[in-house]
Amino acid sequence: MFDFNILTITTFLPLVGALMIAPITMDGDVSKRNVRNVALITTVATFFFSLIIWYNFDNSQSGFQMVEKSEWIPGFMSYHMGVDGISMLFVILTTFLMPFCILASWESVDTRVKEYMIAFLLLETFMIGVFCALDMVLFYIFFEAGLIPMYLIIGIWGGKRRVYASYKFFLYTLLGSVLMLLAMMAMYWEAGTTDIPSLLAYSFPPEMQTWLWLAFFASFAVKMPMWPVHTWLPDAHVEAPTAGSVVLAAILLKMGGYGFLRFSLPMFPLASADFAPFVFTLSIIAIIYTSLVALMQEDIKKLIAYSSVAHMGYVTLGIFTANIYGIQGGIYQMLSHGLVSGALFLCVGVIYDRMHTREIAAYGGLVNRMPKYAVVFLIFTMANVGLPGTSGFVGEFLVLLGAFKVNTWLAFFATTGVILSAAYALWLYRRVVFGSLEKESLKSILDLSGREKLIIFPLVILVIFFGVYPSPVFDVTEASVQALINNYQAALEAAGQGSTAAAH
Amino acid sequence: MYHAIVFLPLLGFLVAGLFPKTLGAKGCEYITTGFMIIAAVLSWVAFISVGINGHATEVVEVLRWVNTGDFTANWNFRIDTLTVVMLVVVNTVSSLVHLYSIGYMHHDPHRPRFFAYLSLFTFAMLMLVTSDNLLQMFFGWEGVGLASYLLIGFWFKKPSANAAAMKAFIVNRVGDFGFALGIFGIYLLFGSIEFSTIFASVQGFASADGGEVVMNFLGYQLDNHSALTIVCLLLFMGAMGKSAQFLLHTWLPDAMEGPTPVSALIHAATMVTAGVFLVARMSPVFEYSTTALTVVTAIGAITAFFAATVGLVQNDIKRVIAYSTCSQLGYMFVALGVGAYGAAVFHLFTHAFFKALLFLGAGSVIHAVSDEQDMRRMGGLRKHIPKTYWMMIIGTVALTGLGIPGTYLGTAGFFSKDAIIESAYVGQNAMAGFGFTLLVVAALFTSFYSWRLIFMTFFGKPRASADVMGHIHESPNVMLVPLYVLAIGAIFAGFAFYGLFMGHETGGDHETFYNNFWREALFAGPDNHVLHEYSKVPLWVKWSPFAAMLFGFILAYIFYIRSPHLPKELARQHPGLYQFLLNKWYFDELYDFLFVRPAKWLGKFLWKRGDGWVIDRLGPDGIAARVNDVTDRVVKLQSGYLYHYAFAMLIGIAALITWAMFGGAG
Repeated sequence: MFDFNILTITTFLPLVGALMIAPITMDGDVSKRNVRNVALITTVATFFFSLIIWYNFDNSQSGFQMVEKSEWIPGFMSYHMGVDGISMLFVILTTFLMPFCILASWESVDTRVKEYMIAFLLLETFMIGVFCALDMVLFYIFFEAGLIPMYLIIGIWGGKRRVYASYKFFLYTLLGSVLMLLAMMAMYWEAGTTDIPSLLAYSFPPEMQTWLWLAFFASFAVKMPMWPVHTWLPDAHVEAPTAGSVVLAAILLKMGGYGFLRFSLPMFPLASADFAPFVFTLSIIAIIYTSLVALMQEDIKKLIAYSSVAHMGYVTLGIFTANIYGIQGGIYQMLSHGLVSGALFLCVGVIYDRMHTREIAAYGGLVNRMPKYAVVFLIFTMANVGLPGTSGFVGEFLVLLGAFKVNTWLAFFATTGVILSAAYALWLYRRVVFGSLEKESLKSILDLSGREKLIIFPLVILVIFFGVYPSPVFDVTEASVQALINNYQAALEAAGQGSTAAAH
Repeated sequence: MYHAIVFLPLLGFLVAGLFPKTLGAKGCEYITTGFMIIAAVLSWVAFISVGINGHATEVVEVLRWVNTGDFTANWNFRIDTLTVVMLVVVNTVSSLVHLYSIGYMHHDPHRPRFFAYLSLFTFAMLMLVTSDNLLQMFFGWEGVGLASYLLIGFWFKKPSANAAAMKAFIVNRVGDFGFALGIFGIYLLFGSIEFSTIFASVQGFASADGGEVVMNFLGYQLDNHSALTIVCLLLFMGAMGKSAQFLLHTWLPDAMEGPTPVSALIHAATMVTAGVFLVARMSPVFEYSTTALTVVTAIGAITAFFAATVGLVQNDIKRVIAYSTCSQLGYMFVALGVGAYGAAVFHLFTHAFFKALLFLGAGSVIHAVSDEQDMRRMGGLRKHIPKTYWMMIIGTVALTGLGIPGTYLGTAGFFSKDAIIESAYVGQNAMAGFGFTLLVVAALFTSFYSWRLIFMTFFGKPRASADVMGHIHESPNVMLVPLYVLAIGAIFAGFAFYGLFMGHETGGDHETFYNNFWREALFAGPDNHVLHEYSKVPLWVKWSPFAAMLFGFILAYIFYIRSPHLPKELARQHPGLYQFLLNKWYFDELYDFLFVRPAKWLGKFLWKRGDGWVIDRLGPDGIAARVNDVTDRVVKLQSGYLYHYAFAMLIGIAALITWAMFGGAG
């Protein structure tokens, strides 16, 4: 098939960039500029390499493609990389957003620029690695290692309560990862391999599935985050610098959803079916509870963070419906949320850089001086609300359709989210953007700069493009998702409990 | 051609929205208006080709949209009679409103934005009426909601306008909640949300023997018929939101915060009729659910009556017309409910003309009296703005349905409204009689508040300040010409199109004519005899709306011309009733109490108590406290976490590998 190691190159190119930055001695503005330039060029180059992956991707295949495999620790683990329809687009999403993160930090990060950029480039390598890894141990390494740079980004370049936030982040994720690690050990003990494709083909005994499922769930649920283990997210978002929030919301949260699709659903189908009602309940609570909480927030970033939790509720709901609509919708929702929430945090960053406050009450009437900003913020707000014609709608609709097929109560409660999201999002927009400009401090605020336009306009175009023409995404994911569902159903039938709810 | 009709407004929106500086305000106005006029002319061409020349129903494919598994929803145009009727309504009114706005918005600094929004609205509305599946319809449905939100809040410095915009969007979302569930239900029942597939299979579905459970809705096991009923009711919930029906009507009066041309286009002629369109479009499905149709009738009748009562006492000129719109939409739903789909769409068609005329006329009045909207500070304007006055008179006689029963002499409203009232009389379902009664009463109220508006505004002594009266002026021609065109429609649209819409050619079987025009666009089941019977009602039924109208006129004349002290006295004698009506039956207060405040309270509670107190205290903060106790701050926490973490992970990996080596060997 493909004879140069495109996945390895894409994954480790940012690391190379980080190594190039490392020896630069920091003295004055020139070196800062050099560091920024190297970081930007590296991330852009990575993006172009990742496009080669998409270009060479065969939509009709459901299995892993562009596979690279070499022994690492004989008899135990190997360096095994590959992508399928489920993971490929997350790689693209990651590489696509990174240049924007670098650009968003161009001026706002002025201390320890070198370390900051290195942290981001390392983070990129680890994130791409998570989506490409086909060995459980490799996955674990990338999955957990990625938290370290994120942790540093919040803890060093964060806001006033950054210590509290990074500590909370740490506590939650630690618990999850310890359990996941134990589960992985158990899986190796049972199946004798850490190779993901082999594990996908292996059928674990039902009793064991329950425990493994729970252990993985602990880790992924924190990552998503699902209610009630979501409280780290608002704090982490509030304290993180803009680019940190973008990566956190757009990509790190998706690892939970990806984990469900890669591990929980295909490897532990019986447990997934058993626990589906439990996940549904948590998802529904997340949607309604966090939407209501978002309504009352006084901090813009916190509001968007809570809305992220609500949107991730749709994702978990969709994934565990285990029908094509729900899963396709869940994946689409994750990709769309990556663009939309990333863009929303960038929008918040724009005004935060000017006013150095995230208090909603400190704003009002921005449209008077920032009409362009008002337009893009409106578009992303509408995408967040799930207006048809934006990417936010497609995923949400399919998830709800999938949920309706499983149980109408689910769809009934989850759909109330569309009312609540309109309420909190429009209320935020009204308080920040509309009204007359009365606050003295805002009288000289400036509209989007050239750099900011460069960051935000492409996202506007994509959010609308994928709302109108989602086929490029569905074409990629369809075969793999279909295969996933077929295997899932087959496993349930083999176990003699062919689920009628999810059947089609 | 259909591409041009739908996409020209989009192009206008993009051009005016993206290049306002390059083009200048004038440029934006002319481009958007020009595109709209072309689209309107093409719509009439389409109307003649499909409606009159009988061009067959066709589906124009545009682009793929959501396709996954066996779910398909593409961007397509479905062109049939119902579509072309809507095209004509939307584009005609929209182009006239664009034209009118050139004059009306003359002093506004944000004209390019205004015209861009108007064109965006038109585009979304066209996507709605041309859709060939429910998802595209939902796109248009929410798209018009967005445009409505933007236009209501157009004057973004006014807090009341912002509040009204939000309210409109959110209340509509409540309706959309039902609509979305309805779409899911349709997909579950028919395996498709494309109209052609649904319509083809609905008959077989409905006539299949009941008993088998096809859907479990919220715990209820539903067979074919009840499932259809539930789905229809859910779709109707969407229609109630968009068309401001009773219970979900509260946003419409507030929406009058937007500029008046917006009220004419969106909140009178087009967007609010989307609900009527939805039910008419889905008539092949609704026809099979008597229960759903009964509910539609009841809600329509209640709305018609309720809105008319509130309209009686309002003092804001635009709000009176807004309640009138609400009430007239109720008429249309009664028609739909009794199965007279043609009559409903006919009323939608004529109503678009005379209600847009009334709104634009009111705009002309407001323009003349320096943006005053309170009728208590108008009066005596007849001599000062005679052209506007006559246009308003035409709108009023059309709305009240002036005409001689049994003949073809009458204004637009006479034909369509009387057709609805007569249909309600012969309607089969349980609510038809109720509907008929309320509609006749509402006709009386309609006549009263319409003439009250005319008398308060144009007659009597001027109540405006001398300053305002000094500046009073007739509107420029760019505003008057659209009024003239609409006035022609308000007078002749009924007479001219009665034959087509209701199948009334002289001689011959009118059902044949009716079916020749509508063909498969509107469906009537085998038990639906409304069309056949409505023209054979007793004489007193035919005359009852006329009597109601006359009575209302006389009453208004006595109250506001003969003895102007009477209304005040009446209000003083019945303070409770007066306040009840003036405060719109206290719906805003009720909803605030029932929904808004509890939601805010709950949000705050869950945030502070749920997240802050329970989860964090039991979770991270609690653990931190314990950790602190145990370690007694040996570890300096600030720098400690990262090492903790990296360390834990390292140990983990080391343990895994070590164990794997030994375990793997053993």
